[in-house]
Amino acid sequence: MTAKGHLEGKMTTETHFQKELQELKENLLKMAAMVEEAIRDSVQSLVKRDSELAQKTFEFEERINKLEIAIDDMCLKLLALRQPMATDLRFITSAMKIITDLERMGDQAVNIAERAISLNQEPQLKPYIDIPRMAEITQSMVKDVLDAFVNRDSKLPRSVCERDDVVDGLNDQVVRELLTYMMSDPKAIPRAVHLMIVSRCLERIADHATNIAEDVIFMVDALVIKHHADTKENGKGDSL
Amino acid sequence: MDKHVKMSVQNLNFYYGSVQALKNVNLEILTNRVTALIGPSGCGKTTFLRCLNRMNDMVEGTRVEGQILLDGENIYAPEVDPVQIRRRVGMVFQKSNPFPKTIFENVAYGLRINGSCSKKEITVRVEKSLKDAALWNEVADRLHDSAMEVSGGQQQRLCIARALAVEPEVILMDEPASALDPIATQKIEELIQELKKKYTIVIVTHNMQQAARVSDYTAFFYLGELIEVDRTEKIFTKPNIKRTEDYVTGRFG
Repeated sequence: MTAKGHLEGKMTTETHFQKELQELKENLLKMAAMVEEAIRDSVQSLVKRDSELAQKTFEFEERINKLEIAIDDMCLKLLALRQPMATDLRFITSAMKIITDLERMGDQAVNIAERAISLNQEPQLKPYIDIPRMAEITQSMVKDVLDAFVNRDSKLPRSVCERDDVVDGLNDQVVRELLTYMMSDPKAIPRAVHLMIVSRCLERIADHATNIAEDVIFMVDALVIKHHADTKENGKGDSL
Repeated sequence: MDKHVKMSVQNLNFYYGSVQALKNVNLEILTNRVTALIGPSGCGKTTFLRCLNRMNDMVEGTRVEGQILLDGENIYAPEVDPVQIRRRVGMVFQKSNPFPKTIFENVAYGLRINGSCSKKEITVRVEKSLKDAALWNEVADRLHDSAMEVSGGQQQRLCIARALAVEPEVILMDEPASALDPIATQKIEELIQELKKKYTIVIVTHNMQQAARVSDYTAFFYLGELIEVDRTEKIFTKPNIKRTEDYVTGRFG
């Protein structure tokens, strides 16, 4: 076999470093899967008025937090010991940011579950229409952004960013509607406030999904779209 | 945890004539682990490495105080044959030094000298050593070519194969990749990660990043003293001693 053939052969064998990167990715996806399920369960615990399901969410939170710490540690170790470059470096720094957003999403799911438990103890204030819609869009954003991460897809995250505007709009709508309930009947205020908070939590989850989308785009394309950096005028002297 | 001690260095003091090169060094080398020795030029790390298989005996005017235990037995005890130590504790040098013989003969050399192997056994062991050194695939069809004709990285792996042929327990490496290009260096580093499954490895390197990539434990030497030794990830993320931190962050050395 030629030297070139051997070199190519060796490159297809995974190095120890590549195995460690793969392990990092798998742990991140494990954390993401838990967050997705926590969000789903917390919303369902509200919509189906199932407080037992809300309890499940709390159990997820502890595991999610533990994983965040473990993955953070793994990333630090890889940065210190492996001197990663280029795509590997962007992957690891993106992972460190993504797990922060995932952990916050887990916290929001817990908030939703807590509100659900309170709401489930009272008669339902109104049919839940907009909140389940928000939840559906938010959950699709979360799913898509994680698929984009796995598949190193930088196009899908952009549609995630677009859906954030829809969720923001729905949150405004929910707040406006609940205000009318509160104004017409003071006894409705506690339940309305809980629901406004649930809506806000979903809006925050969508924001975090958007952050992750921006991180994925950076990871794949080394392009910074945070804070609309890509739409600012890049004048002649404006380089990174 | 991983606490099986292969070699134990106790109160080691080493002198080149009247100059003290190592001062009261105490260090445990754990089995099936890679221990890296780092430190600025002249800190004593290579001197220390060469104590582990009594290579310093070859230098005139040197004196050793203290003891070095290999599986609990002091290698500096008067009745010990240093040649036997060097069979159990092999060495690979910075500049690869294949013999001007064929690839096959380089690896077979140690076995022939021992005289205990049949021709068939030699062939089997040469193949095994070349495989363990991740070189077999590249040289299997030209074992009888001269060892001087292969690339630098291959020569170094050949020297590793040669060391492995006599079935050592510990392999000492003195800056094994410093003369190699990045790809060859990466192959050696991957090889070290594989070798530690069967052997215990101690490696001297002036390249801190290499120590970080390759080792389980890192020992920092400075002016003949062992300043700190710990798990590699600890040394490079939060060392206990300021001097160590100054070194790994590049503030001196």
